[in-house]
Amino acid sequence: MFPNCADPVSLDGLAWLACYLTTGKHLAFYASFGTVLLLLAITAPVALAFGFGGAMAARARFWPVKLLGRTYISIVRGVPDIAFFLFFVIALDQGVEWLRHQAVCPDWAQAIRQGSEFLVCPAAKTPSNNAPQWAHEVYGFAIAVFTFAIVFGAFAANVLFGAMMAVPKGQLETAAAYGMSRAQTFRRIIVPQMWIYALPGLSNLWMVLIKATPLLFLLGIEDVVYWARELGGTKTPNFTDYPHGDWRMWYFLALLIFYLILTRVSEVVLDRIMARLSIGQAVAQ
Amino acid sequence: MSCWQTIQDYALRSLGIGERLLPREDFTLCQQITLIGSGLIWNVYFAVAALALGFGLAVALAVGKASRNRLARKLADWFILLFRGSPLFIQFFFAYFAFLSLKGQTALADPLTAAWLGATIILFCNTAAYTGEIFYGALRAIPRGDMEAAAAYGLTGWTRFRRITFPTMLRLAWPAYTNEAIFLFHATTLVFFSGFPAWQQRGDALYYASYFADKTFNPFVPYPILAGYFILLTLCIVLLFSRASKRLNRHLPRESQRRLRLRPNFMR
Repeated sequence: MFPNCADPVSLDGLAWLACYLTTGKHLAFYASFGTVLLLLAITAPVALAFGFGGAMAARARFWPVKLLGRTYISIVRGVPDIAFFLFFVIALDQGVEWLRHQAVCPDWAQAIRQGSEFLVCPAAKTPSNNAPQWAHEVYGFAIAVFTFAIVFGAFAANVLFGAMMAVPKGQLETAAAYGMSRAQTFRRIIVPQMWIYALPGLSNLWMVLIKATPLLFLLGIEDVVYWARELGGTKTPNFTDYPHGDWRMWYFLALLIFYLILTRVSEVVLDRIMARLSIGQAVAQ
Repeated sequence: MSCWQTIQDYALRSLGIGERLLPREDFTLCQQITLIGSGLIWNVYFAVAALALGFGLAVALAVGKASRNRLARKLADWFILLFRGSPLFIQFFFAYFAFLSLKGQTALADPLTAAWLGATIILFCNTAAYTGEIFYGALRAIPRGDMEAAAAYGLTGWTRFRRITFPTMLRLAWPAYTNEAIFLFHATTLVFFSGFPAWQQRGDALYYASYFADKTFNPFVPYPILAGYFILLTLCIVLLFSRASKRLNRHLPRESQRRLRLRPNFMR
């Protein structure tokens, strides 16, 4: 990074630290904070969409759809979400490969599951074996985002379902008196009014989502936790220009502070939004 | 090998009793159910220990946060902010490595790096912070009339707290506290994925489930078994807590005994 970093052994004190903190691996570590924020930015709207779908399904009059929606909402609540994360990463991966296998090589004779192997035809491998490194990373990240969206979609569905129920009955009766159909009532009355009831739950969910991002590590993404473990571990002079002892504790302290700031800032911003939206609303503060 | 034999070998495997080697091939359904169930002992242990110990600290935190003493208020505020504002996963990592660096220095710190003590301490602090916030909310929601009635009866200080404030707080906080218990129970699955080593492969339910998923490359058997166990135990918690809720509210007329509504806090 800096020109004087060419010979780290001769450096000491702050100069050494400045050089140490700007090595290539550290820049990758800083970039992984971007990964966390990117995950948040993509997952939040996708999960909200999943949640909206789930809540609508749970309200449906057609009972199989209703059952599906209710099951989706309640099953995620009964089971630790980390189990879902571990499950979906493999299950989605195998699901995609299985579907492509059915499409690409329909006359494949062998069984896909052979003992403890999962074998699809080479053409159905996703991403294919000779794909560049970035394709593998993007694919892994996409699966992670999808997993997060499924789990948090269920939580959001729970919140939105409650919010839809919370819209005052008088409003619905008025809509019926105007001759609106069920769909019209939903579109024109319920959806515009439910957000104020949903916001406390959704902001809670946002905080929970922030605090769930380190679980990316378990999905095999090179995220902040991965780099903190990697960089903090004891380094001997044989392998690096910057030998040091076991500093993982300090790296995780830095992560702890990063997350504290992130949640604190979110809290302040969400409180502002809530105050804004509550103006002129007939809801208890 | 019969299923009964498997149960004898592996039912207490997570405590180190029984067969030393985990199954390596030809995984049967019986083995998976037994081992994952055996791991559940750890989850129950973590949850019970953290909740039982955390309750006391949570009451102290709530009272501290509501007190007029500036120092007590600030201390409680910071504790709650620290443990509620950061992910449990990162707390586990940080604590494990902090304990690890303490380990060489004093003999006392040795057991801290083991999951049974180190992870329990973090879960204890964590649940105390979340519960403290819940109790603080309940403390502020105690009807003014109750306190005035207590004053009219001449109750003050400790007697008033023991007879009026504390039971009312508990009653108001109970539904939220039930959720906290459920999600703490779910959070115990993080322990062995966050630095704390599973010594001699003595892990929790998720540890064994992911072991089977890795070995068989088939997630569709072990994870549903795990899910079944957790749903069952979650129902047990709900049952237990609604029993307690009935007892807490037994002086109220039947109609005003609100049904336990579950509002999730989801996860840390």
